[in-house]
Amino acid sequence: MTLRLTQAGLQHRDGSHALRGVDLSIEAGERVAIIGPSGAGKSSLLNLLGTARPPSSGRLEVLGRQPWQLSGRQRQKLRTHIGLIHQAPPLPPRQRVVTAVLAGKLGQWGLAKSLLNLLYPLDIPGARGQLAKLDLADKLFAQCQQLSGGQLQRVGIARVLYQAPELLLADEPVSAMDPVLADHTLSVLCRHAGEHGVTLVASLHTVELALAHFPRVIGLREGRIVFDRPAAEVDRGLLDALYANEQLLPPAPPHIGATAVQIPRC
Amino acid sequence: MKRLLDAGLLLALLAAVIAAFAYLRIDLGALTGSENLGHMGDYARRFLSPDLSAGHLGAIGKGALETLAMSAVGTLLSAVFGLLLALPASGRFGWAAANPARLLLNALRAIPELVWAALMVFAAGLGPNAGTLALALHTTGVLGRLFAEALENTPQAPAQAIRLQGGGAVLAFVYGTLPILWPQLLAYSLYRWENNIRMASVLGFVGAGGLGQMLYVHLSLFQEAQASSVIIAMLALVFAVDALSGWSRQRWVKA
Amino acid sequence: MLKTAERDPAALPRLLIALLAIVLLWPGVRLSELDLGVFLQSGSSEVGRFLAGFWPPARDAEFLQILLDATLQTLAIATAGMTLALLIALPASLIASRALSLSAAVRGGQPLWWAQLLRWPVRGLLIFLRSVPEIVWALLFVRAVGLGPTAGVLAIAITYSGMLGKVYAEIFESVDQRPAHALMQAGSGRLAAFLYGVLPNAAAEMLSYSVYRWECAIRASVVMGFVGAGGLGQQIDLSLRMFAGSEVASILLTFFVLVLLADLLSRLLRGRLG
Repeated sequence: MTLRLTQAGLQHRDGSHALRGVDLSIEAGERVAIIGPSGAGKSSLLNLLGTARPPSSGRLEVLGRQPWQLSGRQRQKLRTHIGLIHQAPPLPPRQRVVTAVLAGKLGQWGLAKSLLNLLYPLDIPGARGQLAKLDLADKLFAQCQQLSGGQLQRVGIARVLYQAPELLLADEPVSAMDPVLADHTLSVLCRHAGEHGVTLVASLHTVELALAHFPRVIGLREGRIVFDRPAAEVDRGLLDALYANEQLLPPAPPHIGATAVQIPRC
Repeated sequence: MKRLLDAGLLLALLAAVIAAFAYLRIDLGALTGSENLGHMGDYARRFLSPDLSAGHLGAIGKGALETLAMSAVGTLLSAVFGLLLALPASGRFGWAAANPARLLLNALRAIPELVWAALMVFAAGLGPNAGTLALALHTTGVLGRLFAEALENTPQAPAQAIRLQGGGAVLAFVYGTLPILWPQLLAYSLYRWENNIRMASVLGFVGAGGLGQMLYVHLSLFQEAQASSVIIAMLALVFAVDALSGWSRQRWVKA
Repeated sequence: MLKTAERDPAALPRLLIALLAIVLLWPGVRLSELDLGVFLQSGSSEVGRFLAGFWPPARDAEFLQILLDATLQTLAIATAGMTLALLIALPASLIASRALSLSAAVRGGQPLWWAQLLRWPVRGLLIFLRSVPEIVWALLFVRAVGLGPTAGVLAIAITYSGMLGKVYAEIFESVDQRPAHALMQAGSGRLAAFLYGVLPNAAAEMLSYSVYRWECAIRASVVMGFVGAGGLGQQIDLSLRMFAGSEVASILLTFFVLVLLADLLSRLLRGRLG
C-alpha cells in the first residue's frame, strides 16, 4: 500500500475546509487521475499526500509510514522518495535549467556534493537525458526566466523524473501546454511510471487527458470524493454532476522575481 | 489653526537658530573681519602650490591603493557577516533569535565609522587594519539590515519545494533562495562599497590608515603643499568612483 | 546531428572570474593589513579591561554636566552650520539654476550658450564644496581658526551649501516653468519671478530636504569632533584618550538618543511642512 488516507480533513487558516472526510487508498504502481472543478481541493489533496501540510484530522500513511509521526530527519528521508510536480514550478528566475533539474537529487546527495554541483553541474548527461525525453534538451544551459510557462512546467517534470521517486504526485502538470504537447508529456510521465513501477497521482483539468492516460479516475468536489472508479466506467452523467455550476477561475501564477532595489541615503 | 501652528513652528526654528549662534558665541563679524580673513587667505594660499614631485606622488598612490583595499576588504567582510546576521534577523530561526540579531545590527549601524575607527585604533593599533575592521563593523550593521529586509521579501516557494523533496535547510537556501536574492545582495554591497571608499579616505584622521592618515600627518607638520596634493588625490578618487558607479548603474541597472 | 558538448559553457568564465577575484583580493588583504585576530585576543589584554569598563556608563553629576554641554554644542553646531549653508546655498542655487534664465524665457526653454557658460563656474564651485568631505574641511578649519565649534560650523556650512545648492537648483528646474516664464515675459524682474513663479511650488520640497540635511548635519557634527571641532565627538575622543570606558559608553548612549530624537523631529517637521 503506497498511500492511505483515513477520514482525512484539511482546514485552511481562515477556518474553511479544503478537504473533509477523505478515504482513499492507492496501491504501489497504480496510476490515478484526480479531476474536479477548480476549488474542489485537488491541490490540497496533493499537498496532503506530498507531506507539504499535515492533515488537520484523520490519518495519512505514505509509503508505509505516517510522516507526521516521524522525526524531522526521518520525514526528510521519506520525502526523498516523494516527487511533487507543481502547476507553476517555483524555480528562481536566474537559476539555470541544468541546475534546476539536478536539484532533484538534493535529498539524496550529501551536502558537499550538492554545494559543488552549484559551482559546476556534476551530472550534465543525466539532466540532458531527462530534458531530452521532454524535447527540451536545447534549453539545458538557459536561465529559467527565459522559458515560457509550458517549458517551465517541463523543467519541473524533468527535475522530478531526475529525482526518480517511488511516489510521483503531479498538480496540473500540463496546464500551460498545447493539447499535443500535453498529451505527449503525460505519455512520458505514464511510461516512466510504468517502467519503474512508480505510483503516479496527477490532478488534471482536462477530462479527456485523464480518461486517456489513467486507468483509475477520482472525482473531487467541495473537498469530498464524489466518485472513484476505473476510467472505463466514468460516463457523461458522472462528469456532468461533478462539474455542475463550475465557475471558471484560472489560478493566478505565483510571482517569483527580485523586488526592486531601494537604496537609502545619508 | 494650521497656519497658526505653521507660523509657530517657523518662529521656533528661528529661535533655535538664534539660540545656536548665541550658545556657540560665534562672532561672525570678527570671523569675517579683515584681519581674520587675511589670515585665512594666507593659509589658503599655501594650498595653491601642491607638491607634485615623483616621490610624493608615489606615496599618494600607495595611500590611494591602501584606501581602496581597506574599503574593498571591509565591504567584503561586512557582506559575509551581514548575511550571517541577516538570516536570524529576518526571523528564519524564530523570534527568539530575531530580536538579539536585530539589536546587534542596529547597534553596529548606529555607531559611526569614525567612532568605530577610533575604538579599533585603540584595540588593533595604528594602521589600515583598524580602518578595515571599523568599516566592516559599521557596514555589517547597514548591510545586515538591508539583507534581512531582502530576505523577508523573497518568495519562499522555491526553497519550500526543495524541502519537500527531502533537501536540507542549507541546500534549500542555496538552491531556492540565494539565486533569487543575490542580484539584490550584490547591488547593496556595491552601493555600500562606493560609500566606503569615500569613508575610507577620511578614517585615517584617527590613525586608521589610507589617504586620511597622510593628510592628517602633513597638516600636523604644516606641510600644506603636500597636504594639498593629498586633497586633490581624494577628490580624484571620489570623482572616479562617482563616474564609475554612474556609468555602471546606467549600463546594468536600467536594462 | 552534431553531438553537443558535454561541458558547461559557463565553467570557463566562472573560473576566470574566480581567479581574477583571488588575484585582486590577495593584494587587497595585504594592503589593508587585515588581522581578525584582534577580536580573539582582546579578552585578556588591556582592551578587554577597557571594554569591561563600559558598564555601567558614567553618570556622576560633573560628567553629566559636561555631557549636556557637549550635546547642546553638537545641536548648536548642526543648526548654525545649516543656517550659514542656507545663506550660501540660496543665492548660489539661483545663479546655478536654469529656471530664472531670461534668455530661456523668450527662447522657449533653451538659454543662450554664453548664459549657460556663466552658470558653470558656480556649478563647479558647488561641486568642489560638496566633494571634499566635511571632516576634511573641519580639519582645515581647525588649523585655520583653532580648536572648537567654530571650525565645525564652518565645515558644515561649506559642505552642505554645496549639497543644498545643487539640490535646490534641481528642484527649481523640476517645478513647472511656465508661471516664472510668463512673469518674466511680462516684464517682471528675476527675483520677483522667482518669488511668485517658482518658490510657491518648490518651497515644500526644499524644506523637506533641508530638514533631512539638518538631521545628517547632527551626525556629521558628532563625527567632526574627532578632529577637534567641538561637540560630542571631541568628548568621545578625550574620553578614549583617557581610557575612560564608562564615559565613552555614556556618550555613545547620548548619541543614540540624539540621533533617534533628530530622526523623529525631522519626520514630524517633514510631515507638517512637506
